[in-house]
Amino acid sequence: MIGAEFVALSLPPILIGCLAAIACAIPGNFLLLRRQALIGDAISHVVLPGIVVGFLVTRTVSTWPMMLGAGGAAIVAVLLIESIRRAGRLEPGAAMGVVFSTMFAGGVLLLEQSDTSSVHLDVQHALYGNLESLIWLDATGWASLLDAQALAGLPPELPRMAITCLIVTGVTALLWRPLKLSTFDEGFARALGLPVRALSLALVIMAAMAAVAAFDAVGSIIVIAMFICPPAAARLMTDRLAHQVWLSVGFATLSAILGYVLAGYGPLWLGFDDSVSAAGMIATVSGLILALAAGFGPRRAPRSA
Amino acid sequence: MWGLGYNAALVATGAGLLGAAAGITGSFLVLRKRALVSDAIAHATLPGIALAFLVMVALGGDGRSLAGLLMGSALSAWLGLLCVGWLTHATRLSEDAAIGAVLSVFFGFGILLLTVIQSLNLGRQAGLETFLLGATAGMLYSDALTIAIGGGLATLAALVLRRPMLTAAFDPGYAIATGLDVRRVDLAMMGLVMAITVIGIKIVGLVLIVAMVILPPVTARFWSDRGNRVVLIAGIMGGLTGLVGALISATAPNLPTGPIIVLTGSAGFALSLLIAPRRGLLATVLGQHRYQRQVHLRQGLLALAHGHPVYERFTLRLLIRAGLANPDGTATETGRAAAARALLDESRWQVLRADPAQEIAASHYDGLRPIETVLTPDQIAQIDARLAPRPLT
Repeated sequence: MIGAEFVALSLPPILIGCLAAIACAIPGNFLLLRRQALIGDAISHVVLPGIVVGFLVTRTVSTWPMMLGAGGAAIVAVLLIESIRRAGRLEPGAAMGVVFSTMFAGGVLLLEQSDTSSVHLDVQHALYGNLESLIWLDATGWASLLDAQALAGLPPELPRMAITCLIVTGVTALLWRPLKLSTFDEGFARALGLPVRALSLALVIMAAMAAVAAFDAVGSIIVIAMFICPPAAARLMTDRLAHQVWLSVGFATLSAILGYVLAGYGPLWLGFDDSVSAAGMIATVSGLILALAAGFGPRRAPRSA
Repeated sequence: MWGLGYNAALVATGAGLLGAAAGITGSFLVLRKRALVSDAIAHATLPGIALAFLVMVALGGDGRSLAGLLMGSALSAWLGLLCVGWLTHATRLSEDAAIGAVLSVFFGFGILLLTVIQSLNLGRQAGLETFLLGATAGMLYSDALTIAIGGGLATLAALVLRRPMLTAAFDPGYAIATGLDVRRVDLAMMGLVMAITVIGIKIVGLVLIVAMVILPPVTARFWSDRGNRVVLIAGIMGGLTGLVGALISATAPNLPTGPIIVLTGSAGFALSLLIAPRRGLLATVLGQHRYQRQVHLRQGLLALAHGHPVYERFTLRLLIRAGLANPDGTATETGRAAAARALLDESRWQVLRADPAQEIAASHYDGLRPIETVLTPDQIAQIDARLAPRPLT
């Protein structure tokens, strides 16, 4: 299993899955603590209308217009949620539900209305991506990792996801103290003169960026699951934010690797011919990790107990 | 029905009934401020649908019987609800994190099962993907009947449980104090929403059913502050949304029913957000402007009463337009009378506010409200008696 075939067929998707999971889990930690966990859910729903509009404007299935469209849609959604919440005096959940279901419905309608049958763009793909198809045809074995010519044939999602992951990690490290302060005690952070609103917006934009890049590679189920499950599991293990973030990165990586391997090879071990959805399996594994943490985590008890 | 095809009429009727039932049951959920629990419920139905299909096929059936699939979806949605409750109560995670976790994991597991079904190659395509976004093309009479009966039962239950659910939604603390078991009321509420979700996924699809539960109540909330009326308006709004949306989608191909119904509901919401009396944006903006004008007018009149000319442009323009001041900033005849009245009112208020015994009445002071609307003529006469002894010259 660990041979030339593995390098070509399984290594790139596993790496992309890990990077996507980590890029989503890191901002997820802060969203979770700020009780904005469902922003990730909302963002991943509105990505669909974003890419459809990006496609309709440029009429090409190139990555950048679509990612720009998706990023734009995410920011529009966040602003809409905030303004509807204020203007209509609604609870955040209801405002979120109104905005993301409307935008998602609009996206499906646009997709049906425009002739996208010729291109690779449909709702199913948007929901669960196609991690398995991100293969590296130029690889002939482990040696290819050192071969510049073969490396050029890597699926473009891999470097893109790596850069996104790097940016998310970098920004988090850079803004660590202000983010931490404003997450745990917004009033105190404001009293210190920190730009609390700008920080909150930066966090949402970072989450949107991770969601859009990851969505392109792996579909929105993994995005939602990785925003919430690894940070939530980590939260039940420790009281320290730094530990929580590291743990969530570990859980995210574990989910991605274990999920991909189980989905790709599990059915073969059981004697079936086909593999099953890697995205679904990764989400399932992350859920199992969360369930274990909720059952046995050392810091699982509610505050009052 | 209006020259529609049989299928379109069937879908429109089903969607209307579903919309009304979803609006009514959703009201309690939205008033309870737990709107997104319905999203978790909806996504949690997917593994149940897939498992029900597998079980039915294993038992030698066709696997596509709607009742069987709905039963399976109800079971897994219930399991999802229990998980949300467990994560919220037994761990320190907040409810939104629990919702997100259950939603994504159940949905992911459901997708996993769908690919298992595909790889089993059962010869006949299950077509379970249609539950994601709904499909009305092949709706049968029996499907419409299932929706009608299920929706009717859920609505009936919601109406019977109306009082405890509204009490728990508006004031959980009070509800507990009166001996209401809020956890059980909540459970009933969730059960009803679950029932609606399960019967609605065939038409609207499980990704978008949350809109049918949330949109009508938040729209209705703009039009009334009374719990019972919100429920009623949400029911009507939901029914109309379903009916109109289904009819629009029947007018042309490429208009998928579920998304069109949702967008119809969103249009109703946007319209209400703009034009609803009192809570709408337009009413709020107009109210602010009226308030601003009243403050300027009042301050201008008080200035005139003290014999100061008015220089502030906006105030002066308002005074001139009302015929109370001349363009040079001095008072007209009517202006002097109005100014005297404003000054008298202000003086009365000052007496009232200086009296600690009248604290409650004085709390109505906002610089605009005429004192006659707060006090009786007798009380005003008492105040005037205290105003009267001015130093005689």
